[in-house]
Amino acid sequence: MLSRRHPQLNKNGELIHLLSIEGLPQSVLTHILDTASTFVSVSDRDVKKVPLLRGKSVFNLFFENSTRTRTTFEIAAKRLSADVLNLDIARSSTAKGETLLDTVANLSAMHADMFVVRHSESGAPYLIAQHCAPHVHVVNAGDGRHSHPTQGLLDMYTIRHYKRDFTQLSVAIVGDIVHSRVARSDIHALATLGVPDIRAVGPKTLVPGDLREMGCRVCHDMDEGIADCDVVIMLRLQNERMNGALLPSSGEYFQHYGLTEARLAKAKADCIVMHPGPINRGVEIDSRVADGPHSVILPQVSFGIAVRMAVMAILAGNEA
Amino acid sequence: MKLLIENARLVDPASGRDAPGSLAMAAGRIVELDGFTPEQRLDAQGALLIPGLVDLHARLRAPGSALEGGIDSELRAAVAGGVTTLVCPPDTDPVLDEPGLVDMLRWRCERVGLSQVLPLGALTRGLGGEALAEMGALVAAGCVGLTQGEQATRNTAVLWRALQYAASFGHTVWLRPIDACLGGGVAAAGPLATRLGLAGVPVMAETVALHTLFELMRATGARVHLQRLSSAAGVALLRQAKAEGLPVTADVSVHSLHLTDTDIGHFDPAARLSPPLRQQRDRDALRAALQEGTLDALVSDHAPIDADAKTLPFAEALPGASSIELLLSLALHWGEQSGLTRAQALAPVTTHAARVLGRQASLQPGAPADLVLLDAAARWTVREEALISAGQCTPFAFQRSGLELPGKVLGTWVAGRRVFG
Repeated sequence: MLSRRHPQLNKNGELIHLLSIEGLPQSVLTHILDTASTFVSVSDRDVKKVPLLRGKSVFNLFFENSTRTRTTFEIAAKRLSADVLNLDIARSSTAKGETLLDTVANLSAMHADMFVVRHSESGAPYLIAQHCAPHVHVVNAGDGRHSHPTQGLLDMYTIRHYKRDFTQLSVAIVGDIVHSRVARSDIHALATLGVPDIRAVGPKTLVPGDLREMGCRVCHDMDEGIADCDVVIMLRLQNERMNGALLPSSGEYFQHYGLTEARLAKAKADCIVMHPGPINRGVEIDSRVADGPHSVILPQVSFGIAVRMAVMAILAGNEA
Repeated sequence: MKLLIENARLVDPASGRDAPGSLAMAAGRIVELDGFTPEQRLDAQGALLIPGLVDLHARLRAPGSALEGGIDSELRAAVAGGVTTLVCPPDTDPVLDEPGLVDMLRWRCERVGLSQVLPLGALTRGLGGEALAEMGALVAAGCVGLTQGEQATRNTAVLWRALQYAASFGHTVWLRPIDACLGGGVAAAGPLATRLGLAGVPVMAETVALHTLFELMRATGARVHLQRLSSAAGVALLRQAKAEGLPVTADVSVHSLHLTDTDIGHFDPAARLSPPLRQQRDRDALRAALQEGTLDALVSDHAPIDADAKTLPFAEALPGASSIELLLSLALHWGEQSGLTRAQALAPVTTHAARVLGRQASLQPGAPADLVLLDAAARWTVREEALISAGQCTPFAFQRSGLELPGKVLGTWVAGRRVFG
């Protein structure tokens, strides 16, 4: 087989698209996190702007609705002084029968510099990155079950902020891992940054054994899964999974895997609790935990803007 | 036309013969050399002369697309690849579930006058899996078997009745073993599908269907040809069924024989195939089973899919690839990799495939003069834009697979008439 260069790096190994955490070297991840830390303070200033992307056009292409993620990308781009256009494609062009690549070609012709893409199919941003004009950078804002790299990076930023060193940590990811692009991104990022103990926790219907090949320990028992861990990442349980062949009910799920104060006591005393949001109180997490002293769910959101600024600034500085 | 091909190397998988010689044909058949007076002579200059290829699964158009399209380009692709006989499935629009439609298809193919096209008829009306199609009339119209195409039969009672009915008249039923409910994913279940976040098709989708089918065969006595097995576990069940004496034959696709799920790479839609590419151990088991004869035939699983239906996110892309032009070279490549003789490597695409149809493919006098002359030493690289097929999409394109293939077709004859080269 011929070696196929990873589509998100140029020949110098620099990031030209951010499509997935998988395949990125540790140095690239660390560079993004370091750059993000320089942007955290921008949000605290009176004038919350730096001119790095002045004159550049960032198109938010959301083939699947997500107000929160789109908003954080929009804020990040505006703080970098870019012009931002939001295209809610789920309700416009493709509904009229235009193909994905026709939509992208049309927007490229409007001199876009960067596409932020959310799509319901795994791999869709790869297709766009392969077919868009060479000067356009693609940021994956979530594709199907595959990847959500900026969420993965902001999770790493949060963990580094509170724990400093990755190489001694135990991290538990709890919930619907099989359908979660956040979990996949987190697992790749944690493994790349040297976390020795990554646990995937949930019932067999949501946590497949194949995750072991991604470097996880698979646990079907919650108490075992979070015992002595430093970080607990709770995943959102989508409504459509709650009452079907995967789970009998949200109540029974909470019984087995819901994060309560009693359960959290099994983790380390200084454990942090994370969640990509939006949270389902009483389904995967108890309100007292979500609002409690271990929770870093809101700081995650703030860091998310700095991380997205860092990604966009780095991409804009590299050429294909 | 009485033609004598001289100075060839005759490779006949039916007898294992691989030796220099000449071959005579007259009135569409191979005839004895003794006393033959040729009207025309052809100096083969030492090239290989083999029986024409029999491809047990090739589509002339994308699944569900109009009946008219594709016949000309795909049959030109077929003869360029040395395929002189091909079996096509009925899942077109309209579905081949009436004898009149079969007549029309055969007439159109005969008018093009290249490979012989043997249609499969629908087992159930509209492939709906509820009511039996007119099997007798379809077979009388020229169908070589009856099938559900890609439509798994949800209702086991209907499948049971269909096999009972087919067995009453000795019709062969061609089925792809796939469970209707377990087979819904887009890539083989396993570490790669999990990593890429693609919905997986578990091996169970094949083995559950096989268990059910073998049980129904025991009950009905029906003869079944299994299409495109994909897994090591499926092969093991097939081996048991054959050992037990069930009247079953089976084939494997060139894709499953040569590729694995890692060839999906970064969501390459060319590797979106049905059945999905599985893992290394499955590929190894399929290769061993083809070599030992547990799997009878190697098929191209040719499906011309146009670029619009392939430049889509992986799961949305239509499954399938153009492969009929590659079948011969991929069989030879498999033979080289497995240390087989050329006669052994060619058997699953000639003699053994023909045997599934109850036909003969050999270089013996009396056999149809369906022949291929090829330069076995030539190596070539697959380029999508050079394919004759209207699909022009293949995971074997050199820039994808890096494969360099042996064997270049120099000439193809169907029933004694030169149709290529």
